[in-house]
Amino acid sequence: MAVAEQGALDIKRGTGQWLVVATGVWDISTVPMLDDTVRKIAPETGSKVRIDMSGIDKMDSAGAWVLFRLRQRLQDHGFDAEIEGIRPEHAGLFGHIIAGHDSPAIEKPKFRPILHMLDHLGRATFEVASEARDMLNFFGAICVAVGHVLVHPRRIKIVPVVSQMQQVGLNALPIIGLLSFLIGIVLAFQGADQLRRFGAEIYTVNLLGVSFLREIGILMTAIIIAGRSGSAFTAQIGTMKVNQEIDAMSALGLSPIQLLVLPRIMALSLALPLLGFYSDILGLVGGAIMSMFVLDISVTRFVEQLNGAVDMWTFWIGIIKAPFFAFVIAMIGCFNGLRVEGSAESVGIMTTKAVVQAIFLVIVLDAGFSILFSYLKI
Amino acid sequence: MAQPMPQMAPQETPAPAEPVIRVRGLRNQFGSQVVHENLDLDVRKGEVLGIVGGSGSGKSVLLRTIIGLRRQQAGTVEIMGQNTDGLSARQEKNLRAQWGVLFQDGALFSSLTVAENIQVPLKEYTKLSTRLMDELTRVKVTMTGLPVESAVKFPSELSGGMRKRAGLARALALDPAILFLDEPTAGLDPIGAANFDQLIGTLKQSLGLTVFMVTHDLDSLIAICDRVAVLIDKKIVAGTIKELLQLDHPWIQEYFRGPRARAAFGE
Repeated sequence: MAVAEQGALDIKRGTGQWLVVATGVWDISTVPMLDDTVRKIAPETGSKVRIDMSGIDKMDSAGAWVLFRLRQRLQDHGFDAEIEGIRPEHAGLFGHIIAGHDSPAIEKPKFRPILHMLDHLGRATFEVASEARDMLNFFGAICVAVGHVLVHPRRIKIVPVVSQMQQVGLNALPIIGLLSFLIGIVLAFQGADQLRRFGAEIYTVNLLGVSFLREIGILMTAIIIAGRSGSAFTAQIGTMKVNQEIDAMSALGLSPIQLLVLPRIMALSLALPLLGFYSDILGLVGGAIMSMFVLDISVTRFVEQLNGAVDMWTFWIGIIKAPFFAFVIAMIGCFNGLRVEGSAESVGIMTTKAVVQAIFLVIVLDAGFSILFSYLKI
Repeated sequence: MAQPMPQMAPQETPAPAEPVIRVRGLRNQFGSQVVHENLDLDVRKGEVLGIVGGSGSGKSVLLRTIIGLRRQQAGTVEIMGQNTDGLSARQEKNLRAQWGVLFQDGALFSSLTVAENIQVPLKEYTKLSTRLMDELTRVKVTMTGLPVESAVKFPSELSGGMRKRAGLARALALDPAILFLDEPTAGLDPIGAANFDQLIGTLKQSLGLTVFMVTHDLDSLIAICDRVAVLIDKKIVAGTIKELLQLDHPWIQEYFRGPRARAAFGE
């Protein structure tokens, strides 16, 4: 805009009659400056007020509203106020303002902090309870579907299971391998550092073997998979829900649980133990390399020491947990995917939820296994 | 509105007045697929121009190119005499304040209420006080025929028709000179669609808007469009419906003479 266009307001105070003359530009860019003056117009009681708009060159709804509001306010206070000289090109705009003026003002709901907190607490409690119920319901539906598939083994579709195994298993190998290797290195380094004070460096191997095989390997793998594949399940199924693909399936008499949920659960239950094993091996390799550099323990010595430190059970205790973790991750992922409602926004919310819930449950389950194994004395 | 001179191809004869939007030699392509080739289009001040064309003929791409969401491969777009290429960030922002866009499903910001949605452009472009902003929001809400109670609702709580009205209220927040509509009546029931047409018609009359409307709706074309621009063979052919009917391009004939069109014309 080349020249700053201005609007002006001229108030001629006469006895018994006021003349308010608006000229120039009355649009959204000039109105903020004029608004205060307009609000302050207060003639003495009984005056007639004429608002002259014939000098307005340009007006938009902001300008029209401010002048109309002035007339309305004066009339409400018992003045004889009228608007004159509306240009024909502004008449339509003014008509809109007049038509809408007696609608009530927009009332924002009042914010009451304590009530809001209580309301939030109540809703959250109710939500947790209903979610737990829904999840139990979902678990039941999966059991029924599994039972159905066991009776009719031909219903199992192999291709989706294999394709899912590729996505959740094979494609996860690089990231899980790298992280396990690095954790192995860190663990060996830290262990050696502490144990050296007692002259017991060689027990680094025991520390590494037992902790990796029993706990770290599988727990870390499960957590990575929860973030990587649990979220993917939610997003995939959630997007299908938004596109009404799930509805289309049901309408065709196909069971989404059998077609979408079971293959994912089966694929992950098969893939996670394998990934756990892979993680164990790479973790030990990382530890062995670190031991070689920091502690001068040769590979042969490392293997000998490891052989004495762990037995087959140490390994199995880790791996045996994998299918349970896999089931929980896949179930939570699919469950939240099916809970997506309507919008794309909901897919995001549910994905976050799925990852948090899956990691939480995996760790709770792991603690449960620890207690169980300590009772069983293994 | 002045009846335009019989004019089939705007590129051959200059428009009577300086057009609000002038597109020249536009080319858009995705990979090797050319959507627009040497496309010319004029939108005149104060008219409602309806854009029609088969699915995939690039109606929405044209709209997105004009409002600068997509860069064309060749050609120029001038809006109110300003070439949209090579504008400074500031000029571009000023130009953007001159138009409002209503996307297909309203495209309201889902985390904001309707009133807050309308206030987004007001906050960005003006220095209004909170009080005046609230008052103007109410003016826009009533102008587009929304009940005032809906102003504090979130988009997810509104019906499709109300979301479109709310989107229109946001598009009109700054009293733009040009209004872009992308299939404004798609997904509305016939009554809702007719009401929306009527709303656009009255707003155009009273606010002096120039309207650029992508539509599939024959009823809207007949009810409110002054001219219709048909996208065929990667180009635009524009004119009044009467003028278009005299052309014997098979697509135009089928479009305006098909059973649905006959029903819409009331034949």
